[in-house]
Amino acid sequence: MTPALRTEGLSKAFTLHLQGGTHIPVLGGVDLVVHAGECVALWGPSGAGKSTLMRCLYGNYGAGAGRIVLRHRGEDLDLVTADPRAVIEARRETLGYVSQFLRVIPRVATRDIVAEPMIARGVPKEEALARATALLNRLNLPERLHSLPPATFSGGEQQRVNLARGFAPGYPVLLLDEPTASLDAANRAIVISLINEAKAQGTAIVGIFHDAEVREAVADRLFDVLPHQDAA
Amino acid sequence: MTKPLLTAEGLTLRFGAIPALLDVAIDVSEGEVVAIVGESGSGKTTLLRVLSGMMTPDAGTVRWLGEEVHAMGEAARRRLMRTEWGFVHQNPRDGLRLNVSAGGNVGERLMAVGARHYGNIRTEALSWLAKVEIDAARIDDLPRTFSGGMQQRLQIARTLVTHPRLVFMDEPTGGLDVSVQARLLDLIRSLSRELGLSVLIVTHDIAAARLLADRILVMRRGRVVEQGLTDRVLDDPQHPYTQLLVSSVLAA
Repeated sequence: MTPALRTEGLSKAFTLHLQGGTHIPVLGGVDLVVHAGECVALWGPSGAGKSTLMRCLYGNYGAGAGRIVLRHRGEDLDLVTADPRAVIEARRETLGYVSQFLRVIPRVATRDIVAEPMIARGVPKEEALARATALLNRLNLPERLHSLPPATFSGGEQQRVNLARGFAPGYPVLLLDEPTASLDAANRAIVISLINEAKAQGTAIVGIFHDAEVREAVADRLFDVLPHQDAA
Repeated sequence: MTKPLLTAEGLTLRFGAIPALLDVAIDVSEGEVVAIVGESGSGKTTLLRVLSGMMTPDAGTVRWLGEEVHAMGEAARRRLMRTEWGFVHQNPRDGLRLNVSAGGNVGERLMAVGARHYGNIRTEALSWLAKVEIDAARIDDLPRTFSGGMQQRLQIARTLVTHPRLVFMDEPTGGLDVSVQARLLDLIRSLSRELGLSVLIVTHDIAAARLLADRILVMRRGRVVEQGLTDRVLDDPQHPYTQLLVSSVLAA
Protein backbone atom coordinates (compact mmCIF):
# COMPACT_ATOMS: atom_id res chain seq x y z
CA MET A 1 0.00 0.00 0.00
CA THR A 2 1.25 3.48 -0.83
CA PRO A 3 1.91 5.51 2.31
CA ALA A 4 -0.29 8.55 2.88
CA LEU A 5 2.75 10.51 3.97
CA ARG A 6 6.44 9.69 4.04
CA THR A 7 9.78 11.39 4.37
CA GLU A 8 13.01 10.27 2.73
CA GLY A 9 16.32 11.42 4.18
CA LEU A 10 14.74 14.57 5.58
CA SER A 11 17.20 17.05 7.09
CA LYS A 12 16.54 20.42 8.59
CA ALA A 13 18.90 23.02 10.01
CA PHE A 14 18.50 26.65 10.90
CA THR A 15 21.00 29.38 10.07
CA LEU A 16 20.55 32.41 12.30
CA HIS A 17 21.96 35.32 10.33
CA LEU A 18 21.24 37.76 13.15
CA GLN A 19 23.37 35.66 15.51
CA GLY A 20 26.47 35.71 13.36
CA GLY A 21 25.28 32.92 11.10
CA THR A 22 24.95 30.33 13.87
CA HIS A 23 24.11 26.99 12.27
CA ILE A 24 21.75 24.71 14.21
CA PRO A 25 21.16 21.27 12.73
CA VAL A 26 17.92 19.78 14.08
CA LEU A 27 16.88 16.86 11.90
CA GLY A 28 19.12 14.53 9.93
CA GLY A 29 18.13 11.64 7.65
CA VAL A 30 14.58 11.23 8.91
CA ASP A 31 12.67 8.40 7.18
CA LEU A 32 9.09 8.38 8.40
CA VAL A 33 6.29 6.36 6.82
CA VAL A 34 2.63 6.75 7.73
CA HIS A 35 -0.19 4.73 6.20
CA ALA A 36 -3.89 5.44 5.98
CA GLY A 37 -5.74 4.54 9.17
CA GLU A 38 -2.73 4.54 11.48
CA CYS A 39 -1.56 6.96 14.11
CA VAL A 40 2.17 7.47 14.59
CA ALA A 41 3.34 9.28 17.72
CA LEU A 42 6.59 11.21 17.49
CA TRP A 43 8.69 10.22 20.44
CA GLY A 44 11.77 11.83 21.92
CA PRO A 45 13.01 14.21 24.58
CA SER A 46 12.18 17.88 24.63
CA GLY A 47 14.21 19.77 22.05
CA ALA A 48 14.85 16.70 19.90
CA GLY A 49 12.99 18.25 16.98
CA LYS A 50 9.49 16.74 17.16
CA SER A 51 7.75 20.06 16.55
CA THR A 52 10.26 20.94 13.83
CA LEU A 53 9.47 17.66 12.10
CA MET A 54 5.73 18.38 12.38
CA ARG A 55 6.18 21.81 10.86
CA CYS A 56 8.25 20.33 8.02
CA LEU A 57 5.50 17.78 7.37
CA TYR A 58 3.00 20.60 6.96
CA GLY A 59 5.33 22.52 4.66
CA ASN A 60 5.51 25.28 7.25
CA TYR A 61 9.28 24.84 7.47
CA GLY A 62 11.38 24.21 4.42
CA ALA A 63 13.80 21.27 4.36
CA GLY A 64 17.56 21.28 3.96
CA ALA A 65 17.67 17.95 2.19
CA GLY A 66 15.43 15.02 1.43
CA ARG A 67 11.79 14.68 0.42
CA ILE A 68 8.41 14.94 2.12
CA VAL A 69 6.00 13.01 -0.03
CA LEU A 70 2.28 13.46 0.45
CA ARG A 71 -0.26 11.31 -1.35
CA HIS A 72 -2.49 14.00 -2.85
CA ARG A 73 -5.16 13.47 -5.50
CA GLY A 74 -3.82 9.96 -6.05
CA GLU A 75 -0.30 11.17 -6.82
CA ASP A 76 2.91 11.92 -4.96
CA LEU A 77 3.50 15.56 -4.08
CA ASP A 78 6.91 16.54 -2.68
CA LEU A 79 6.16 19.33 -0.23
CA VAL A 80 9.82 20.36 -0.18
CA THR A 81 9.93 21.38 -3.84
CA ALA A 82 6.24 21.95 -4.64
CA ASP A 83 5.03 25.34 -5.86
CA PRO A 84 3.39 27.29 -3.00
CA ARG A 85 0.07 27.11 -4.83
CA ALA A 86 0.26 23.32 -4.89
CA VAL A 87 1.02 23.25 -1.15
CA ILE A 88 -2.01 25.47 -0.50
CA GLU A 89 -4.19 23.14 -2.56
CA ALA A 90 -2.85 20.09 -0.69
CA ARG A 91 -3.58 21.79 2.64
CA ARG A 92 -7.10 22.55 1.51
CA GLU A 93 -7.89 19.03 0.38
CA THR A 94 -5.52 16.52 1.94
CA LEU A 95 -3.39 17.76 4.80
CA GLY A 96 -4.77 19.14 8.06
CA TYR A 97 -2.81 20.50 11.00
CA VAL A 98 -3.89 21.21 14.55
CA SER A 99 -1.25 23.45 16.06
CA GLN A 100 -1.02 24.61 19.65
CA PHE A 101 -1.88 28.15 18.66
CA LEU A 102 -4.98 29.59 17.12
CA ARG A 103 -4.12 32.22 14.52
CA VAL A 104 -7.16 33.79 12.94
CA ILE A 105 -8.45 37.09 11.64
CA PRO A 106 -9.82 39.07 14.59
CA ARG A 107 -13.57 39.64 14.88
CA VAL A 108 -14.50 36.47 12.98
CA ALA A 109 -17.03 34.27 14.83
CA THR A 110 -15.86 30.91 16.15
CA ARG A 111 -18.48 29.01 14.16
CA ASP A 112 -17.26 30.66 10.93
CA ILE A 113 -13.64 29.88 11.77
CA VAL A 114 -14.50 26.20 12.10
CA ALA A 115 -16.71 26.19 9.00
CA GLU A 116 -14.20 27.99 6.76
CA PRO A 117 -11.97 25.05 5.78
CA MET A 118 -15.06 22.96 4.99
CA ILE A 119 -16.49 25.71 2.78
CA ALA A 120 -13.11 25.95 1.04
CA ARG A 121 -13.45 22.24 0.22
CA GLY A 122 -16.84 22.82 -1.38
CA VAL A 123 -19.18 21.90 1.48
CA PRO A 124 -22.33 24.08 1.21
CA LYS A 125 -22.25 26.91 3.75
CA GLU A 126 -25.33 25.82 5.73
CA GLU A 127 -24.05 22.29 6.07
CA ALA A 128 -20.57 23.50 7.03
CA LEU A 129 -22.03 25.74 9.75
CA ALA A 130 -24.22 22.90 11.05
CA ARG A 131 -21.24 20.54 11.20
CA ALA A 132 -19.17 23.24 12.92
CA THR A 133 -21.88 23.70 15.56
CA ALA A 134 -22.22 19.97 16.13
CA LEU A 135 -18.49 19.44 16.57
CA LEU A 136 -18.09 22.45 18.87
CA ASN A 137 -20.97 21.11 20.96
CA ARG A 138 -19.35 17.71 21.09
CA LEU A 139 -16.17 19.36 22.35
CA ASN A 140 -18.27 21.00 25.10
CA LEU A 141 -17.81 24.54 23.86
CA PRO A 142 -20.97 26.30 25.09
CA GLU A 143 -23.24 27.33 22.23
CA ARG A 144 -23.35 30.94 23.42
CA LEU A 145 -19.63 31.18 22.53
CA HIS A 146 -20.07 29.98 18.94
CA SER A 147 -21.01 33.41 17.62
CA LEU A 148 -18.08 35.12 19.40
CA PRO A 149 -14.54 35.50 18.06
CA PRO A 150 -12.19 33.24 20.06
CA ALA A 151 -9.69 35.99 20.97
CA THR A 152 -10.96 36.27 24.55
CA PHE A 153 -11.42 32.52 25.09
CA SER A 154 -9.35 30.54 27.59
CA GLY A 155 -6.45 28.39 26.36
CA GLY A 156 -8.54 25.24 26.60
CA GLU A 157 -11.44 26.80 24.71
CA GLN A 158 -9.14 28.05 21.94
CA GLN A 159 -7.61 24.60 21.67
CA ARG A 160 -11.04 23.08 21.19
CA VAL A 161 -11.81 25.62 18.45
CA ASN A 162 -8.55 24.57 16.80
CA LEU A 163 -9.44 20.90 17.15
CA ALA A 164 -12.91 21.42 15.66
CA ARG A 165 -11.36 23.33 12.76
CA GLY A 166 -8.85 20.54 12.16
CA PHE A 167 -11.18 17.55 12.55
CA ALA A 168 -14.33 18.87 10.85
CA PRO A 169 -13.18 18.69 7.21
CA GLY A 170 -12.05 15.04 7.38
CA TYR A 171 -8.59 15.44 5.87
CA PRO A 172 -6.95 12.18 4.68
CA VAL A 173 -3.78 13.16 6.60
CA LEU A 174 -3.87 14.96 9.93
CA LEU A 175 -1.01 16.38 12.00
CA LEU A 176 -1.66 16.93 15.70
CA ASP A 177 0.76 18.96 17.82
CA GLU A 178 -0.13 18.24 21.45
CA PRO A 179 -3.87 18.31 20.83
CA THR A 180 -4.80 17.80 24.48
CA ALA A 181 -2.23 20.03 26.19
CA SER A 182 -4.77 22.46 27.72
CA LEU A 183 -7.73 20.12 28.12
CA ASP A 184 -9.36 18.54 31.17
CA ALA A 185 -9.96 14.79 31.45
CA ALA A 186 -13.47 14.85 30.00
CA ASN A 187 -12.37 16.75 26.90
CA ARG A 188 -9.25 14.60 26.53
CA ALA A 189 -11.53 11.58 26.30
CA ILE A 190 -13.52 13.28 23.54
CA VAL A 191 -10.34 14.03 21.59
CA ILE A 192 -9.28 10.38 21.98
CA SER A 193 -12.54 9.25 20.45
CA LEU A 194 -12.27 11.83 17.64
CA ILE A 195 -8.81 10.51 16.79
CA ASN A 196 -9.93 6.90 16.86
CA GLU A 197 -12.97 7.65 14.69
CA ALA A 198 -10.75 9.45 12.17
CA LYS A 199 -8.40 6.44 12.08
CA ALA A 200 -11.34 4.12 11.51
CA GLN A 201 -12.29 6.26 8.52
CA GLY A 202 -8.79 5.88 7.09
CA THR A 203 -7.13 9.09 8.21
CA ALA A 204 -3.35 8.89 8.57
CA ILE A 205 -2.31 10.71 11.74
CA VAL A 206 1.04 11.96 13.00
CA GLY A 207 1.01 13.41 16.47
CA ILE A 208 3.00 14.70 19.39
CA PHE A 209 1.32 13.48 22.56
CA HIS A 210 3.02 14.30 25.81
CA ASP A 211 0.08 12.87 27.73
CA ALA A 212 0.82 9.16 28.18
CA GLU A 213 -2.83 8.23 28.57
CA VAL A 214 -3.77 9.87 25.26
CA ARG A 215 -0.72 8.40 23.51
CA GLU A 216 -1.49 4.87 24.64
CA ALA A 217 -5.12 5.25 23.61
CA VAL A 218 -4.47 6.43 20.06
CA ALA A 219 -0.93 5.61 18.87
CA ASP A 220 -0.28 2.45 16.86
CA ARG A 221 3.46 2.93 17.09
CA LEU A 222 6.12 5.38 18.18
CA PHE A 223 8.59 7.07 15.86
CA ASP A 224 11.85 8.02 17.56
CA VAL A 225 13.05 11.56 17.02
CA LEU A 226 16.59 11.74 18.38
CA PRO A 227 18.50 14.89 19.24
CA HIS A 228 20.87 15.76 16.43
CA GLN A 229 24.45 14.84 17.32
CA ASP A 230 25.74 18.28 16.52
CA ALA A 231 23.05 20.07 18.45
CA ALA A 232 24.01 21.72 21.67
CA MET B 1 -3.33 24.89 -10.90
CA THR B 2 -4.77 27.93 -12.64
CA LYS B 3 -2.78 29.96 -15.14
CA PRO B 4 -1.46 33.27 -13.87
CA LEU B 5 -3.56 36.33 -14.68
CA LEU B 6 -0.72 38.78 -14.28
CA THR B 7 2.92 37.98 -15.01
CA ALA B 8 5.92 40.25 -14.91
CA GLU B 9 9.60 39.62 -15.46
CA GLY B 10 12.84 41.52 -15.54
CA LEU B 11 11.32 44.72 -14.16
CA THR B 12 13.95 47.37 -13.65
CA LEU B 13 13.41 51.04 -12.94
CA ARG B 14 15.88 53.69 -11.80
CA PHE B 15 15.19 57.13 -10.40
CA GLY B 16 18.44 58.79 -11.44
CA ALA B 17 21.18 56.73 -9.84
CA ILE B 18 18.82 55.08 -7.38
CA PRO B 19 17.50 51.70 -8.42
CA ALA B 20 13.83 51.41 -7.42
CA LEU B 21 13.37 48.01 -9.03
CA LEU B 22 16.06 45.53 -10.01
CA ASP B 23 15.13 42.55 -12.14
CA VAL B 24 11.83 41.85 -10.37
CA ALA B 25 9.63 38.94 -11.47
CA ILE B 26 6.17 38.24 -10.06
CA ASP B 27 2.95 36.52 -11.05
CA VAL B 28 -0.56 36.40 -9.64
CA SER B 29 -3.08 33.62 -10.26
CA GLU B 30 -6.84 33.66 -10.01
CA GLY B 31 -8.20 33.83 -6.46
CA GLU B 32 -4.77 34.33 -4.98
CA VAL B 33 -3.77 36.91 -2.39
CA VAL B 34 -0.12 37.91 -2.80
CA ALA B 35 1.55 40.27 -0.35
CA ILE B 36 4.61 42.41 -1.00
CA VAL B 37 6.39 43.36 2.22
CA GLY B 38 9.52 45.33 2.97
CA GLU B 39 10.64 48.54 4.62
CA SER B 40 9.88 52.04 3.32
CA GLY B 41 11.85 52.75 0.19
CA SER B 42 12.26 49.09 -0.74
CA GLY B 43 10.35 49.58 -3.98
CA LYS B 44 7.00 48.05 -2.99
CA THR B 45 4.77 50.89 -4.10
CA THR B 46 6.84 51.48 -7.24
CA LEU B 47 6.37 47.82 -8.15
CA LEU B 48 2.60 48.15 -7.71
CA ARG B 49 2.55 51.24 -9.90
CA VAL B 50 4.58 49.56 -12.63
CA LEU B 51 2.45 46.41 -12.54
CA SER B 52 -0.75 48.41 -12.83
CA GLY B 53 0.58 50.40 -15.76
CA MET B 54 0.74 53.69 -13.86
CA MET B 55 4.50 53.82 -14.33
CA THR B 56 6.66 52.51 -17.16
CA PRO B 57 9.73 50.43 -16.32
CA ASP B 58 13.15 50.97 -17.91
CA ALA B 59 13.24 47.28 -18.72
CA GLY B 60 11.05 44.23 -18.34
CA THR B 61 7.50 43.30 -19.24
CA VAL B 62 4.13 43.07 -17.49
CA ARG B 63 1.45 40.90 -19.07
CA TRP B 64 -2.26 40.72 -18.26
CA LEU B 65 -3.74 37.51 -19.70
CA GLY B 66 -0.77 37.41 -22.03
CA GLU B 67 -1.14 40.96 -23.32
CA GLU B 68 1.66 43.44 -22.64
CA VAL B 69 0.33 46.13 -20.33
CA HIS B 70 2.78 48.84 -21.29
CA ALA B 71 2.23 48.24 -25.01
CA MET B 72 -1.52 48.85 -24.71
CA GLY B 73 -2.83 52.28 -25.52
CA GLU B 74 -3.79 54.64 -22.72
CA ALA B 75 -7.50 54.09 -23.47
CA ALA B 76 -7.20 50.30 -23.24
CA ARG B 77 -5.35 50.58 -19.94
CA ARG B 78 -7.95 52.93 -18.50
CA ARG B 79 -10.69 50.53 -19.56
CA LEU B 80 -8.84 47.72 -17.79
CA MET B 81 -8.56 49.85 -14.65
CA ARG B 82 -12.31 50.50 -14.79
CA THR B 83 -13.38 46.91 -15.38
CA GLU B 84 -11.06 43.99 -14.63
CA TRP B 85 -8.72 45.84 -12.28
CA GLY B 86 -9.16 47.90 -9.18
CA PHE B 87 -6.65 50.04 -7.32
CA VAL B 88 -6.98 50.89 -3.65
CA HIS B 89 -4.70 53.81 -2.84
CA GLN B 90 -2.93 54.30 0.44
CA ASN B 91 -4.55 57.71 0.71
CA PRO B 92 -8.30 57.32 0.11
CA ARG B 93 -8.44 60.87 -1.22
CA ASP B 94 -6.51 59.63 -4.26
CA GLY B 95 -9.17 57.03 -5.02
CA LEU B 96 -12.37 58.94 -4.20
CA ARG B 97 -14.19 61.89 -5.69
CA LEU B 98 -14.56 64.13 -2.71
CA ASN B 99 -17.29 66.37 -4.11
CA VAL B 100 -19.56 63.42 -4.94
CA SER B 101 -21.74 61.66 -2.33
CA ALA B 102 -20.69 58.31 -0.83
CA GLY B 103 -23.41 56.53 -2.79
CA GLY B 104 -22.36 58.42 -5.91
CA ASN B 105 -18.76 57.31 -5.49
CA VAL B 106 -19.83 53.70 -5.49
CA GLY B 107 -22.53 54.11 -8.15
CA GLU B 108 -20.22 56.00 -10.48
CA ARG B 109 -17.97 52.96 -10.99
CA LEU B 110 -21.05 50.87 -11.80
CA MET B 111 -22.24 53.43 -14.35
CA ALA B 112 -18.79 53.47 -15.90
CA VAL B 113 -19.25 49.81 -16.76
CA GLY B 114 -22.72 50.32 -18.17
CA ALA B 115 -25.22 50.19 -15.27
CA ARG B 116 -28.08 52.58 -15.99
CA HIS B 117 -30.98 51.62 -13.71
CA TYR B 118 -30.89 54.14 -10.87
CA GLY B 119 -32.75 51.93 -8.38
CA ASN B 120 -30.42 48.98 -8.96
CA ILE B 121 -27.36 51.18 -8.66
CA ARG B 122 -28.57 52.60 -5.35
CA THR B 123 -29.40 49.12 -4.02
CA GLU B 124 -25.98 47.82 -5.02
CA ALA B 125 -24.30 50.89 -3.48
CA LEU B 126 -26.20 50.36 -0.23
CA SER B 127 -25.22 46.70 -0.09
CA TRP B 128 -21.55 47.61 -0.51
CA LEU B 129 -21.72 50.34 2.11
CA ALA B 130 -23.13 47.71 4.49
CA LYS B 131 -20.30 45.29 3.59
CA VAL B 132 -17.72 47.87 4.60
CA GLU B 133 -19.76 48.89 7.67
CA ILE B 134 -20.76 52.37 6.59
CA ASP B 135 -24.16 53.39 7.95
CA ALA B 136 -26.78 53.54 5.18
CA ALA B 137 -27.87 56.94 6.54
CA ARG B 138 -24.55 58.37 5.29
CA ILE B 139 -25.15 57.40 1.65
CA ASP B 140 -25.87 60.98 0.56
CA ASP B 141 -23.05 62.58 2.58
CA LEU B 142 -19.85 63.78 0.97
CA PRO B 143 -16.73 61.69 1.70
CA ARG B 144 -14.89 64.71 3.09
CA THR B 145 -17.26 64.61 6.07
CA PHE B 146 -16.03 61.05 6.74
CA SER B 147 -13.17 60.00 9.01
CA GLY B 148 -10.02 58.61 7.38
CA GLY B 149 -11.06 55.05 8.16
CA MET B 150 -14.51 55.53 6.66
CA GLN B 151 -12.99 57.08 3.56
CA GLN B 152 -10.76 54.05 3.16
CA ARG B 153 -13.69 51.68 3.49
CA LEU B 154 -15.62 53.75 0.98
CA GLN B 155 -12.71 53.56 -1.44
CA ILE B 156 -12.69 49.78 -1.10
CA ALA B 157 -16.46 49.60 -1.72
CA ARG B 158 -16.05 51.84 -4.76
CA THR B 159 -13.27 49.64 -6.11
CA LEU B 160 -14.95 46.28 -5.53
CA VAL B 161 -18.50 47.12 -6.61
CA THR B 162 -17.74 46.27 -10.23
CA HIS B 163 -16.29 42.86 -9.29
CA PRO B 164 -12.79 43.32 -10.70
CA ARG B 165 -10.65 40.20 -11.17
CA LEU B 166 -7.50 41.74 -9.71
CA VAL B 167 -7.21 44.45 -7.10
CA PHE B 168 -3.97 46.29 -6.37
CA MET B 169 -3.85 47.54 -2.80
CA ASP B 170 -1.25 49.96 -1.48
CA GLU B 171 -1.15 49.83 2.34
CA PRO B 172 -4.96 49.72 2.51
CA THR B 173 -5.12 49.38 6.29
CA GLY B 174 -2.27 51.81 7.01
CA GLY B 175 -4.07 54.59 8.86
CA LEU B 176 -7.01 52.62 10.21
CA ASP B 177 -8.17 51.68 13.70
CA VAL B 178 -7.30 48.08 14.46
CA SER B 179 -10.99 47.14 14.73
CA VAL B 180 -11.60 48.43 11.21
CA GLN B 181 -8.40 46.76 9.98
CA ALA B 182 -9.68 43.39 11.16
CA ARG B 183 -13.01 43.91 9.42
CA LEU B 184 -11.24 44.85 6.20
CA LEU B 185 -8.90 41.87 6.37
CA ASP B 186 -11.87 39.56 6.77
CA LEU B 187 -13.71 41.30 3.94
CA ILE B 188 -10.77 41.08 1.53
CA ARG B 189 -10.18 37.45 2.36
CA SER B 190 -13.78 36.34 2.03
CA LEU B 191 -14.14 38.20 -1.29
CA SER B 192 -11.07 36.43 -2.54
CA ARG B 193 -12.46 33.06 -1.42
CA GLU B 194 -16.05 33.58 -2.54
CA LEU B 195 -15.62 35.56 -5.75
CA GLY B 196 -12.22 34.28 -6.82
CA LEU B 197 -10.87 37.83 -6.53
CA SER B 198 -7.09 38.11 -6.84
CA VAL B 199 -5.35 40.64 -4.64
CA LEU B 200 -1.86 42.06 -4.84
CA ILE B 201 -1.30 43.92 -1.61
CA VAL B 202 1.60 46.07 -0.52
CA THR B 203 1.92 46.30 3.24
CA HIS B 204 4.47 46.70 5.98
CA ASP B 205 2.12 44.97 8.38
CA ILE B 206 3.59 41.47 8.66
CA ALA B 207 0.75 40.22 10.87
CA ALA B 208 -1.84 41.32 8.32
CA ALA B 209 0.14 39.69 5.52
CA ARG B 210 0.21 36.42 7.49
CA LEU B 211 -3.54 36.31 7.90
CA LEU B 212 -4.36 37.46 4.41
CA ALA B 213 -1.81 36.28 1.90
CA ASP B 214 -1.29 32.91 0.26
CA ARG B 215 2.15 33.95 -0.92
CA ILE B 216 4.54 36.66 0.12
CA LEU B 217 7.42 38.50 -1.53
CA VAL B 218 10.00 40.27 0.58
CA MET B 219 11.58 43.32 -1.06
CA ARG B 220 14.70 45.17 -0.16
CA ARG B 221 16.40 47.93 -2.12
CA GLY B 222 14.46 47.19 -5.26
CA ARG B 223 15.02 43.45 -5.25
CA VAL B 224 12.87 40.51 -4.22
CA VAL B 225 15.15 38.86 -1.66
CA GLU B 226 12.83 36.02 -0.68
CA GLN B 227 9.43 34.70 -1.70
CA GLY B 228 7.15 31.73 -1.22
CA LEU B 229 4.34 30.31 0.88
CA THR B 230 3.45 32.99 3.43
CA ASP B 231 3.76 30.93 6.59
CA ARG B 232 7.00 29.31 5.42
CA VAL B 233 8.64 32.64 4.61
CA LEU B 234 7.56 34.11 7.96
CA ASP B 235 8.23 31.06 10.16
CA ASP B 236 11.35 29.76 8.43
CA PRO B 237 12.92 32.85 6.83
CA GLN B 238 16.15 32.17 4.94
CA HIS B 239 17.43 35.59 3.94
CA PRO B 240 19.13 37.72 6.62
CA TYR B 241 16.83 40.64 5.84
CA THR B 242 13.67 38.52 6.19
CA GLN B 243 14.98 37.19 9.50
CA LEU B 244 15.47 40.76 10.68
CA LEU B 245 12.01 41.79 9.45
CA VAL B 246 10.25 38.87 11.12
CA SER B 247 12.15 39.20 14.37
CA SER B 248 11.29 42.90 14.57
CA VAL B 249 7.51 42.40 14.66
CA LEU B 250 5.82 43.32 17.92
CA ALA B 251 3.45 40.63 19.12
CA ALA B 252 0.13 41.98 20.37
